Amino acid sequence: MSEPSDILPTRQSMGGIADQLTGIPLHFPAERRWLIAMLFASALLLLLLVSAVELFTRGVGIWGINIPVNWAFAIHNYVWWLGIGHAGTLISALLLLTGSEWRNSLNRFAETMTLFAVICAGIYPILHLGRPWYVYWMFPYPATMGVWPQFRSPLEWDIWAVMTYLTVSLAFWYTGLIPDLAAARDRATRRGWQIFFGITALGWRGSARHWLRWSQAYRLMAGLAVPLVVSVHSEVSLLFAAGQIPGWHSTIFPPYFVLGAAFSGFAVVSIIAVALRSWFGLQNLVTDDHLDLLGKVLLATGLMTAYGYVFEVFDALYSGEDHELQTLADRFAGAYAWTYWGAVIFNFIPLQALWWRVVRRTGWTLLLVSVSVAIGMWLERYMILVTSLYRDFLVSSWSHFTPSFWDWSTYFGTIGLFLVPFLIAIRLIPMISIFESKELLHEEKEEQHG
Amino acid sequence: MAEQLYGVLAEFESPEDLLAATRQAREAGYRDLDAFTPFPVEGLDRVLRLPRATVSFVGLGGAIAGAGAALFMQFYVNYDYPLNVGGRPIYAISAFAVVTFELTILFSALAMLVAMLWQNGLPRLNYPVFGARRFHRASRDRFFLCVNAQDALFDERDTRAFLTEAGALSVELIPR
Repeated sequence: MSEPSDILPTRQSMGGIADQLTGIPLHFPAERRWLIAMLFASALLLLLLVSAVELFTRGVGIWGINIPVNWAFAIHNYVWWLGIGHAGTLISALLLLTGSEWRNSLNRFAETMTLFAVICAGIYPILHLGRPWYVYWMFPYPATMGVWPQFRSPLEWDIWAVMTYLTVSLAFWYTGLIPDLAAARDRATRRGWQIFFGITALGWRGSARHWLRWSQAYRLMAGLAVPLVVSVHSEVSLLFAAGQIPGWHSTIFPPYFVLGAAFSGFAVVSIIAVALRSWFGLQNLVTDDHLDLLGKVLLATGLMTAYGYVFEVFDALYSGEDHELQTLADRFAGAYAWTYWGAVIFNFIPLQALWWRVVRRTGWTLLLVSVSVAIGMWLERYMILVTSLYRDFLVSSWSHFTPSFWDWSTYFGTIGLFLVPFLIAIRLIPMISIFESKELLHEEKEEQHG
Repeated sequence: MAEQLYGVLAEFESPEDLLAATRQAREAGYRDLDAFTPFPVEGLDRVLRLPRATVSFVGLGGAIAGAGAALFMQFYVNYDYPLNVGGRPIYAISAFAVVTFELTILFSALAMLVAMLWQNGLPRLNYPVFGARRFHRASRDRFFLCVNAQDALFDERDTRAFLTEAGALSVELIPR
């Protein structure tokens, strides 16, 4: 049933892969470019710190939010970042379970992307609390006031969903990393690296007994991660759908959000794949075939997201409810129509280029489409939030939302929060799974020799 | 020989060579074997007759514990601080579903990670095989079979000769 697939060029040797991939942290080949990127990312992170300090001293009034649009950027970017995170888990977990070997070259940095994207998402609910130092009130601890958190509120679910998602992603990522850390340990010559990898590899030695238990744990964790992804983003969409605001109260929301999340996440995975492979000369591991497959997945999830758009319109029309229809009209032609049409154009117009094989297989074209999708999905979250809120049931409570300087600075700052640890991770750990690449290479060679 | 031995380590070129040699060793009567490979080798556990991994059961236990803890927490919290919101039920199972599900997964995954490390005896930063001269290639592209000195059939000279016969690229004694 599996066609003979040579996703990795079989000319290379196992030892070559190990040396090449451990060589990236051990003998970093792109010092200058890394430093420039780091400088840029640190500047953004600094912007986030300044914005956070300003927010904590002056309060959420510095953002453009007001009644009735009192969510806006805080939740909008939370959903956007969380969505980006999801593709990492889907690539590593779902494709592991379905035995798609092409994941091997992508899973490590996709998982790393997940971790830091979820952190970026996670700080947003904390920031928008207004008094963020009281965030621990969300946890059930025996307070002297005798007050417990309210578990019947969707906002309380959030913290459990995000914390669980972050912890499980971290555990899954580290489990997959242990054998590669051992490979890096065995290649390291400098004392500092030997100590770093020696400790983080936990003394892994690739014993058959170890692999047996390890494989079981890894596969089962993947099995747990898949429903976790679906549940986390469904939970986010339930926050919306549980409200009665027109434009949010739709049954399509959970799958629509999950697919949109996968869509934006795969776009960012494509961006990182293209960037890393040209940066470190990894064309032998992240091949044109990989880009081809990423392009196909992007196209498929994009079309499924497009179905969500169509269904949303249908849902509003079929309900025949005045406020739903009003919201629909506002999306098409209201004050924020640019976000709706922006989302449609950025998400789905360049996407159609992926029908052509040559576009999928060329790095920079895939990159352009992916950037467009990331922007489009950002606009989509904006559209869902603001066009629903700015005109709800009462004319007396209609009002507009304009993002303030601090809205934007916090948002751009989180990009720094994503990039800084990601760049550090590139510097410290093998960015492509070494042992899984070798396993695949071995299988391919075996197939060739019959 | 005064020095205590941990075992004999033989190096092989490919997983197939390793599997063949392991099979031979089993047939020759060696029982206390271990193999070291750069990636999980299909079928090696069967040739070595390793017991089935039990990490999954720990994961199941973790899942049950997580679900129980989550449900208990939510019921207790609403019992201790009942808040009437529009007459909605205090014990709202459907509202508890999300947190219960999340904690089920969380406990299960962490239990499996800990069980995997615990059963594997990790972290253990040093181990006799690390002393072997060529062992660093076990994480690169070579496949190793180790006959432990504890094995009933173990004899320094015979075992070395046997492993060389079985096609090992190199055979090394590992001090304890």
